[in-house]
Amino acid sequence: MSGLLSPIKDVHSERRQFLARVILSAIISLLLIGMVIVRLVQLQVVDHELFAEKAQGNRVRIEPVPPIRGLVFDRKHRVLAENLPAYQLELIPEQIEDLDDTLNRLASINLIEFEDIPRFKELSRSGPRFKPVTLKFRLTEEEIANFAIQRPRFPGVDFQPRLVRHYPDGEFVSHAVGYVGALSTQDLKRLDPASYAGTSHTGKTGVESSFESDLHGDAGYRHLIANARGRQVPSDTSELLDSLPFDETPVPGANVYLSIDLDLQRIAAEALEDQRGALVALDPRNGEILALVSAPAFDPNLFAVGMSTSQYRELADNPDRPLFNRATRGAYPPGSTIKPMLALAALETGATNLTRKSICHGYFQLPNDDHRYRDWKPEGHGPVDLHDAIAQSCDVYFYEISGEIGIDNMHDYLDRFGLGTRTGLDIGGESSGLVPSREWKRNYFQDRDNQRWYHGETVIASIGQGYMLATPLQLAAAAGALAMRGERYRPHMVAAVEDALTGERRMVQPERLPDVEISNDFYWQFVIGAMHDVMQGPRGTARAVGVGAPYEMAGKSGTAQVVSIAQDEKYDDAELEERQRDHALFIAFAPLDEPRIAIALIVENGESGSSVAAPIAKAVMDAYLGFGDDAP
Amino acid sequence: MTSFSGILRRLHIDGPLLGGLLLVCAVGLFVLYSAVGESNRLLINQAIRLGVAFVAMLIVAQLPPDFLRRWTPWGYAAGLILLLLVLTKGDIGQGARRWLDLGIRFQPSEAMKLGVPMMTAWYLHDRQIPPRLGQLVIIAVMIIVPTLLIAGQPDLGTALLIAASGIIVIVLAGMSFRLMLGLAVAAVPGALVLWTFMQDYQKQRVLTLFNPDSDPLGAGYNIIQSKIAIGSGGLFGKGWTNGSQAQLEFLPERDTDFIFAVLGEEFGLLGVLTLLVLYMFVIGRGLYIAVQARDTYSRLLAGSISLTFMVYVFVNTAMVTGLVPVVGVPLPLVSFGGTSMVTLMAGFGILMSIHSHRKLLPH
Repeated sequence: MSGLLSPIKDVHSERRQFLARVILSAIISLLLIGMVIVRLVQLQVVDHELFAEKAQGNRVRIEPVPPIRGLVFDRKHRVLAENLPAYQLELIPEQIEDLDDTLNRLASINLIEFEDIPRFKELSRSGPRFKPVTLKFRLTEEEIANFAIQRPRFPGVDFQPRLVRHYPDGEFVSHAVGYVGALSTQDLKRLDPASYAGTSHTGKTGVESSFESDLHGDAGYRHLIANARGRQVPSDTSELLDSLPFDETPVPGANVYLSIDLDLQRIAAEALEDQRGALVALDPRNGEILALVSAPAFDPNLFAVGMSTSQYRELADNPDRPLFNRATRGAYPPGSTIKPMLALAALETGATNLTRKSICHGYFQLPNDDHRYRDWKPEGHGPVDLHDAIAQSCDVYFYEISGEIGIDNMHDYLDRFGLGTRTGLDIGGESSGLVPSREWKRNYFQDRDNQRWYHGETVIASIGQGYMLATPLQLAAAAGALAMRGERYRPHMVAAVEDALTGERRMVQPERLPDVEISNDFYWQFVIGAMHDVMQGPRGTARAVGVGAPYEMAGKSGTAQVVSIAQDEKYDDAELEERQRDHALFIAFAPLDEPRIAIALIVENGESGSSVAAPIAKAVMDAYLGFGDDAP
Repeated sequence: MTSFSGILRRLHIDGPLLGGLLLVCAVGLFVLYSAVGESNRLLINQAIRLGVAFVAMLIVAQLPPDFLRRWTPWGYAAGLILLLLVLTKGDIGQGARRWLDLGIRFQPSEAMKLGVPMMTAWYLHDRQIPPRLGQLVIIAVMIIVPTLLIAGQPDLGTALLIAASGIIVIVLAGMSFRLMLGLAVAAVPGALVLWTFMQDYQKQRVLTLFNPDSDPLGAGYNIIQSKIAIGSGGLFGKGWTNGSQAQLEFLPERDTDFIFAVLGEEFGLLGVLTLLVLYMFVIGRGLYIAVQARDTYSRLLAGSISLTFMVYVFVNTAMVTGLVPVVGVPLPLVSFGGTSMVTLMAGFGILMSIHSHRKLLPH
């Protein structure tokens, strides 16, 4: 401006210009702050509700409250499955300084096992840091006392109370009631996540599994104030709890009443102790299962509480397979137990009549074949009719009429008694067994030679050998049908389901199945009479068991070969491995005129149906009919 | 009252400015108590820092502007040396080299917040303004050298604020608008160059600004939660210590950079407007002091200090409300932390010194 005289500053114009710039800056500042204010109005007034909702969604966490599982009772209202408070050992990952060291030290005082450490490390790292990891589900009194002393050495590890499923007589009812186990990832895929939120265990087998939807109940919900990391904040910050939605209380699971009788379970389980076998007893008038036992059993509490890896391996790898339910899944050759049913088939089809006699020499030969089909009694039964053939279990008689009955008729009649198909028992997990026929063989085998049905196969089918397989449950149902002269009911174990809140009971109605139709009612009379003589007749195979009993009963023994014996080789059980000995089977029912109980049982490698299996059946019937040792 | 204003005058303290600052600090402590989870320890800690900062203000207020001006070049030079030392020998904290330990630990970049406007004002003091182009180049170097040294630490937020404080001096000195427009156009390629030098996290912050929902759990989380906090506060807020976003830890950095959101949540629009009015009063008083100042150095320095404070307030509040990227600028005098507070209050000390030492020169 004043060019040459620049060193002299124009103070006035400088002040004016500065003032102008300050005013301009002030306006810009007001505009900028105004922008912020507009933004604040937009957030806090215009969009306030949206953000208020988001803030609410942020802080409220819905926590599931698991329902209390329903109880299981026997037919006399004795508890079979309940929920007991127990202490579990928990670890809170965020409170642990050195996870490896803590777990190792816990293992060294035997609270956990070393081999489970990797599993717990994985669990500790996968969930939220504040969420407890359960190390042991039920601590013994001793463990609690022991840990209480050591607790200061384990910051972040503590015991917590909770409800644990408990089976007071677990070993006696393990295969019927089943057990609950910790939810697996497969379970979580199958189950409704909303209902199971917060639940730790679910039914795995037996009634616990098949009535899971009744027993479990529905989860409730609690609304909690949670911080950004999902941790619940103490409720004493009361202002934060205002305006929380209402909680929903959980619906407890229904109580389930079984038709089984704990006393019968105990008697059967004790009789089968240290053996492998199974027993099923039912009420033939309605199909209610009275006893369902598979031996050896196991302690279902181990699953409810949680086992260490080694404990589980011991159970799973046991050669006697205690976890296997022989009563419903064990498919065995039924042996001579099917003779009463085949006798009806023979009479009905005219393959024999009530008076036809055979002379039993101890073996049978097909024409043009020198193979000897042997009777269980090497010297033979002499002259026998159909009644004797059942009462004395003469194999040769049945061999002789087998050709006339024919395999397809055998299949037809055994099928009517329910063999070869699942009974539909309400705990599921059944094997269907097998009743062979020409058609079955054609479909089952690939090569032509095997697809043909041979006459010899019919011969051995007539004494329940060969391809034929049945489960103890199927045989019990068939025994029930015999007892009721053809009237059949679907076996079931659950008698009633009770709402835990209202006490309202839904009774399970017996399901009647198609009768076994026999044209002449006297045939029933005849066959049942023969079965009566098995146990209480002068020459019955099991008369040693039945004679002298205060009630009339009927039965039929069976002995099933595990290995086929080569021709003319002398059967010498001393040389056979114990596990290759014959299975002992027995079916029975009582009282004769008004049957109330039907039984089937097997003792694996028990050798003799009449002398090993029959006494067990008798003991169970005695107890049920009120003539047991405990009876007055 | 006379004796009270007499004491203030003798202590070279400007009553209205002191009052405004004390009110801002009071509101700040009040909000901070809630933001730090009602911790008395942290509250006392902050109060002590504020006390130290006020003492610094008081000391600086006693130094006459002429004295400050004379020592300005030496102070600036010392600041540059310290910045170089930081880059070679500084302590690393949170991925950046910002601290220097020379007996006491401090951040030389803080001193430069005052050093740069003082230096530019010093340079223009006895020159004809508006400055000519050649002088502008020299001033640009004075600004750019410390800015780059600080940006290299890296501390982008502080670097930009320091550059701003220098640029404000030139603008107040009357640089022509045409030149400003030209520089703004030239700044576009400059920004592109800057972009290539930026660290990944800095780039991410800029990108997140434009679409915070693109990364709701990562970089966008802060902005989303802060908007929820402010928005849910509504007109009157949820009440002191009752902000669920703040108290339940959804709001990150709630006691430092994002404390404005705590205020917005717990005291609503009413609360944030109150604080903004107090800030504007302080800024307005500062600009009044600048206009009243008697010489170029004082004028430019007072104007720059006031307007830089305004930039602080704007950048933080605009950042917390999602208007500008998250650049890590604390809310002045309110956010927890002490280093920048001393610098700020020293700046206000300079304002007070300028106002109380002015000689009544004839026009």
